[in-house]
Amino acid sequence: MTARIGVITFPGTLDDHDAARAVDRSGAQSVALWHADADLKGVDAVVVPGGFSYGDYLRAGAIARFAPVMSEVVAAAAKGLPVLGICNGFQILCEAGLLPGVLIRNKGLHFVCRDQWLKVENTTSAWTTRFDQGAEILVPLKSGEGCYVADKHVLDELEGEGRVAFRYVGGNPNGALNDIAGITSANGRVVGLMPHPEHAIDALTGPSDDGLGLFLSALDTLVAA
Amino acid sequence: MARVVVDVMPKPEILDPQGQAVANALPRLGFDGIGSVRQGKHFELDVDDSVDDATLAKIAETFLANPVVEDWVVRRVES
Repeated sequence: MTARIGVITFPGTLDDHDAARAVDRSGAQSVALWHADADLKGVDAVVVPGGFSYGDYLRAGAIARFAPVMSEVVAAAAKGLPVLGICNGFQILCEAGLLPGVLIRNKGLHFVCRDQWLKVENTTSAWTTRFDQGAEILVPLKSGEGCYVADKHVLDELEGEGRVAFRYVGGNPNGALNDIAGITSANGRVVGLMPHPEHAIDALTGPSDDGLGLFLSALDTLVAA
Repeated sequence: MARVVVDVMPKPEILDPQGQAVANALPRLGFDGIGSVRQGKHFELDVDDSVDDATLAKIAETFLANPVVEDWVVRRVES
């Protein structure tokens, strides 16, 4: 049986097609999910892709978290559904309370668009098992509100429990605390990151194929289940 | 109907690059003597009299502001 991984489209989502392409390339089957439908179509995992859902009005992700589909995602995540939030998807997962902290305007205000080196620091989450501990991967980063912020006790908890999944190396692009690029939930099923692994799945269209590792990890997780 | 104002500000300890950019621009524009600037959001809501303060606080805390990085104040300005 092929694993089915849903990819949500909100008004203003940009990267749903690349996310679906990455899912399909990994060997899973992508399933389009619509923001207004309170229906996950029985998928085995969900990707919340990047873009500017609802124009980033109010705060990035603040309105998307109330979309009917997100109520289903939050409920399913509580039962262990693997969820990956990329860029705006990471912001949405933070606003929805699936991940702690928040993403604020980049230090220095500039929208940062570049290929970014990341260090993989967690290799036990549902989305990171394919990586070696400490591996460095090259993935595009394109965001204006990517500065990760959380209370000190939350940061201590993330660091202490090994829940920093990805850390920026070669310079912090946005002022994120502790150089955090991505984190996992306490149970390792939910992962959010600002850089875009779905844009790095082959040499033709991306700087590397390093990003495919997240999707292959999810497939491993689902097949093993 | 009442007019309700909700002001949302970045917490003092949270970096506010937008406020800093405004502060840095002021001397260039010839306005001296401004020490620092913090930039926030100001909401004006027309609210039925049936809406109580607890509901307004919930709207501010769960939607208009993200309490991880922002403080908020609700005021009724006219009724």
